[in-house]
Amino acid sequence: MTDTYEHHDYDVLIIGAGGAGLRAAIEAKQRGLRVAIVTKSLLGKAHTVMAEGGMAAALGNVYPEDNWQVHFRDTMRGGKYLNNYRMAELHAKEAPDRVLELEQWGALFDRTPAGKILQRDFGGHRYARLAHVGDRTGLELIRTLQQKVVSMGADVFMECKVLRLVHDASGKAAGAVAYWRATGEFVTFAAKAVVLATGGLGKSWKFTSNSWECTGDGHAMALWAGARLIDMECVQFHPTGMVWPLSVRGLLVTEGVRGDGGVLRNSEGRRFMFDYVAPMFRAETAESEDEGDRWYEDHSAGRRPPELLPRDEVARAINAEVKAGRGSPHGGVFLDIASRRSPEFIRRRLPSMYHQFMELAGVDITREAMEIGPTCHYAMGGVQVDADSAATAVPGLFAAGEVAGGMHGANRLGGNSLSDLVVFGRRAGMGAADWVESGEAATSMEAGEVEAAVAAALAPFERESGESPYDLHHDLQEMMQANVGIIRTQSELDDAKERLVEFAERVNNVRVTGGRAYNPGWNLATDLPSMITVSRCVTEGARLRTESRGGHTREDFPTADDRLGTLNFAQTCPGGAWDGEYRIEESPLLAMPAELKALLEEAH
Amino acid sequence: MAEVTMRIWRGDASGGEFTSYTLAQNEGEVVLDVVHRIQASEAPDLACRWNCKAGKCGSCSAEINGKPRLMCMTRMDSLPEGPVTVAPMRTFPIVRDLVTDVSFNFVRAQQVPALLPPPMPEGGYVMYQEDVERGQEFRKCIECFMCQDVCHVIRDHEDNKQHYAGPRFFIRYAELEMHPLDQNDRREYVREEMGLGYCNITKCCTEVCPEHIKITDNAIIPLKERVVDAHYDPIAWLGRAIRRKKKASAAEAAVQPAP
Repeated sequence: MTDTYEHHDYDVLIIGAGGAGLRAAIEAKQRGLRVAIVTKSLLGKAHTVMAEGGMAAALGNVYPEDNWQVHFRDTMRGGKYLNNYRMAELHAKEAPDRVLELEQWGALFDRTPAGKILQRDFGGHRYARLAHVGDRTGLELIRTLQQKVVSMGADVFMECKVLRLVHDASGKAAGAVAYWRATGEFVTFAAKAVVLATGGLGKSWKFTSNSWECTGDGHAMALWAGARLIDMECVQFHPTGMVWPLSVRGLLVTEGVRGDGGVLRNSEGRRFMFDYVAPMFRAETAESEDEGDRWYEDHSAGRRPPELLPRDEVARAINAEVKAGRGSPHGGVFLDIASRRSPEFIRRRLPSMYHQFMELAGVDITREAMEIGPTCHYAMGGVQVDADSAATAVPGLFAAGEVAGGMHGANRLGGNSLSDLVVFGRRAGMGAADWVESGEAATSMEAGEVEAAVAAALAPFERESGESPYDLHHDLQEMMQANVGIIRTQSELDDAKERLVEFAERVNNVRVTGGRAYNPGWNLATDLPSMITVSRCVTEGARLRTESRGGHTREDFPTADDRLGTLNFAQTCPGGAWDGEYRIEESPLLAMPAELKALLEEAH
Repeated sequence: MAEVTMRIWRGDASGGEFTSYTLAQNEGEVVLDVVHRIQASEAPDLACRWNCKAGKCGSCSAEINGKPRLMCMTRMDSLPEGPVTVAPMRTFPIVRDLVTDVSFNFVRAQQVPALLPPPMPEGGYVMYQEDVERGQEFRKCIECFMCQDVCHVIRDHEDNKQHYAGPRFFIRYAELEMHPLDQNDRREYVREEMGLGYCNITKCCTEVCPEHIKITDNAIIPLKERVVDAHYDPIAWLGRAIRRKKKASAAEAAVQPAP
């Protein structure tokens, strides 16, 4: 095998170079291990770069009364209690240290007058909690981690796309097979531990804030390799994506606009969010515009405005307003900060948004309202992991960041993603290093698995006729947008399930033309099995979760179901064949210790 | 129906040529949208690099009608009537079509001596907004490498690449130099080994920066001033004379071939 393909040997193989992968690499490298980072893009371009508003951590710099207990509570409530409580606990406790260490590595966050890290308000967070740099926090995070990793001398394989994980004979993770985009040549990586940090899966939908990379590769490869995926039905539709022009539909508009005073209005000019406050949030939400406005100045002078409810609540409300005929000209609603803050304030706090609307839509957000609507944004579901070590069900395989499931339950709070990346990226690096040092790690790769992956990747070149991968991707996105979008119903989900069987068959008839060197059509063809796999899992989870909870909304089951609130749906692929049979089963939530339960029951 | 014609450079390291594609015109599109439509129809193997399509990742740099720009942030209706020419960045070796080998920049990134902060006090560092703002401007950089592409020091002088870091890295050095926590001194290194002196401040880099970073005025010129101050300081000169031999070998090691 090592004769056939370029081959590399490492202690820890990290797949993905976003925040989680880079943070895992730093940890493993600090343990003195040989670390490879493999990314299908260039270093520093991962989807992390698009995160805007900030990273949540109870530093208490703006509101000293903030602490990890309140952050934990907010995260669990935001997740509608479907979270892995232990992940939410570790995240709330460790996020402040992870933010502070970024400053040691060069990050420059915005400051308070006292010279501490400034924190901003976001939906679902009781206190101003998001460390940020204007509205480009993700760029700051990835650049800081990237520069740290480079200074430590980790080996980075750029534009190298992993196709499959490879086991040893006993079923442990032993490495991966990949291909170089520049040449089309295959490459194998043997490793004692493998960390998946591959991010999200939004590219199965037509309107998404996600970059092209978010094709669910890690979710799919983990499933095929024997891991369990949980909560796949819980997909977050961010309430504020651009809706016009069509070519940028779905592009993210940061929640920071609302955190900094922006409000939502319908075509009648009404701040409609006051009409959509669910009972669970009534006690802590303003009842009038005056009260909400006072809150921006001083959180003790009023309760938070309803525009800052968790994302699932806001997205559903926007959807309902548009459906009721009170939408904007291009099928969204209005997000207005122009009438509420000075042009100088807007340009200083939201420079990227100013730039984005000015250049792409010809809209000056300091003078007019933005048109926005929900966009597919984030996968709460993912690979089931042990909270402390990030270990999956496959020995030697670890997962962190968006590809891992459990941390965010049924709905993620804004700002909890960047902190998730560094908290669990570090823990995955630790877990992988412990596994390497345990002496139990795999020592050889199954050659047959490598050959099968290579043959599957090359098959589209060998067909004399067949369909374009672009057409199939287009049809998949249309179908998922229509049938498995923000509001779901049984008949549409059943239809989606049938269509996905057809799509899987169509993959086996995709034809790629041209050579292997930097061929985007071929690359897309290799993404299609992943996209269809995650679409199948989202659809199946959505069929079985006959309730509405967080990011999963069923028109035919509009309320939460107490029994379903005690369990995750876990999916597996027993035969390992991507187009074969998957299984789904109920998996009870971890039992929460009494002292944490008590935190959830406190009045606020 | 109105149409657009794109003249896109197709080829690889061995050569290539412009190929024309004519498509229907859609409202509100950017250049990258049209490239994607060409991929999905006539030319499924047309190579271009892109990620976010939102002007945040800096992947889709190309020379549009001769000027370095991000394809995702260039609206078709902002360009003059007539065919739109899209070519790869000229300063870097061609991989295929619009994709270039930008590994020069990643080698230069490896050569940057890291931030050296004092130990962190309990509760974190204290830094004031006015002190972080200068660095924040440079940290807006999305690494599109268009400043490198347009810099005449390396655009038409391949030999200079081994002696010159380029504007992207001068703003990185300026950022570190002005970082409130940094205790490293890179001034002599930037002068001697990164070729700061080659830059004769024509501001081409500033003009193409999609983040509107004032590369020349706010980074390169202040950096040059600091470097000159350090270089002609007599005590620093004496120190350098003693270390010179050791430094020379470090300079050789710093210029590695691209991976």
